[in-house]
Amino acid sequence: MTDTAWIDAALTSARPQAVGALLRYFRNLDTAEEAFQNACLRALKSWPQNGPPRDPAAWLIMVGRNVAIDDIRRSRKQQPLPEDEAISDLDDAEEALAERLDGSHYRDDILRLLFICCHPDLPATQQIALALRIVSGLTVKQIARAFLVGDAAMEQRITRAKARVANADVPFETPGAVERTERLSVVAAMVYLIFNEGYSAGGDTAAIRAPLCEEAIRLARLLLRLFQGEPEIMGLTALLLLQHARAAARFDAAGALVLLDDQDRASWNQKMIAEGLALIDKAMRHRRSGPYQVQAAIAALHARAAKPEDTDWTQIDLLYGALEIMQPSPVVTLNRAVAVSKVRGPEAALEMIEPLGERLSNYFHFFGVRGAFLMQLGRNDEARVAFDRAIALANTSAEAAHIRMHLDRLMRDSQPRGAKAGK
Amino acid sequence: MLYAILCYHDEDTVGSWTKEQDAAVMTKLAVVQDKLTRQGRLGPVARLLPTTSATTLRKDDPPVVIDGPYAETKEQLLGFYVVDCKNLDEALDVARDLGAANPGGAYEIRPVGVLNPGSVLV
Repeated sequence: MTDTAWIDAALTSARPQAVGALLRYFRNLDTAEEAFQNACLRALKSWPQNGPPRDPAAWLIMVGRNVAIDDIRRSRKQQPLPEDEAISDLDDAEEALAERLDGSHYRDDILRLLFICCHPDLPATQQIALALRIVSGLTVKQIARAFLVGDAAMEQRITRAKARVANADVPFETPGAVERTERLSVVAAMVYLIFNEGYSAGGDTAAIRAPLCEEAIRLARLLLRLFQGEPEIMGLTALLLLQHARAAARFDAAGALVLLDDQDRASWNQKMIAEGLALIDKAMRHRRSGPYQVQAAIAALHARAAKPEDTDWTQIDLLYGALEIMQPSPVVTLNRAVAVSKVRGPEAALEMIEPLGERLSNYFHFFGVRGAFLMQLGRNDEARVAFDRAIALANTSAEAAHIRMHLDRLMRDSQPRGAKAGK
Repeated sequence: MLYAILCYHDEDTVGSWTKEQDAAVMTKLAVVQDKLTRQGRLGPVARLLPTTSATTLRKDDPPVVIDGPYAETKEQLLGFYVVDCKNLDEALDVARDLGAANPGGAYEIRPVGVLNPGSVLV
């Protein structure tokens, strides 16, 4: 890892806690963000010489507060008639300085930060984008990729969202139960996207980006503690745990993606799987299904299969069918097609994804999956065209390498696999 | 006299241990457990899944199922059961039967992650 890579990683994983705490002290998102940015700049100067602090988040909070308080003091001297409110807020902040930095508040801080980003004046897509930017500190490019839109469009979306939140009153009181539940689904979607940012990282960056997955799981658990009776939050937490349980098996030593079928199942994290399965069991009792529960149930079917050939693809096909109804999306249909190829063969699967071509014309996985189906059907020339397109659209070198490996693999055994996999 | 030793810790701390750290702690604990096992003194040892997986049955009339761990402080822990169940529903059925025999208070139901049945001779 280079000198700055570990600092970037530390700043990224400390960000939700630090910005959340700074927001609690200053009660203003701009001040909190600015304080965090200033703390980051000092970290970039100080950390390479002094090494990483024991607790980077505590360091950033302390430095961020000191710098911001100095700034407020300075501006107070320049303006002899400050607002009374500003002074009393400042006193509170200074008093809070004396608090021990034990991190006991940070979960509430993060939750408040999440809820503020999910301001009701903002459309859902802007709320999620803003939270990914402010809470997770993802770059505009990363957020744009997660949303399957262009960088410029996302930049504009975030700028607008920030302006609106900055002009709105920041709600420091805990929201009411109804309001909270309404926001919860947006916060949950955002937590899932945070997870995916870590989960979709290539083998070269998976370790650096793993904190994103862990942060998402922490946030999901936090939400679950606050909303103990919400089956969808149980489903979300289960889904993240079951996906992350496979982390150690997803890349080989060279950093190339390892297919689910080829993963060493012994290296799956059984503790996470056990918790994930228990959470789905708990959620099912409520008889209120939802997209996270269905996706978690799919992940559970993979987790339960001791060998790849034990996977219940028929059930997975049915679950994706349910998900298509709850949450129609070309990406869901694409995933379902993989299950269909196992149950009914590649021809049916290919037929299923043909109509998606226009909407997924810039989506790496579409061409990877399409290429795989074509190869299974022995339509090698068309498959090569699809794979070339996939490699051109790959987001990471691991994805591109995976397609090349996939191509080699299907070259070796290109007989249809669907007929024997179904059960 | 048999003594129960109840384990308390911050589950976020324990939950954030890596697989290797976790295994290292388990290995050290196993040394102590093995000694007790050889002496025929160790009863069942259970490691519970996190409180996120907990469900509580309040033994009211009728009993009420609440998601989450038992959070009241006005009652005290008086005992526990370990029962083999297919799923949470079956565990709740057992708890309801027990509750009907002894109303009042609550049962917290938690999946067991690891169980060592022990060797105690009584």
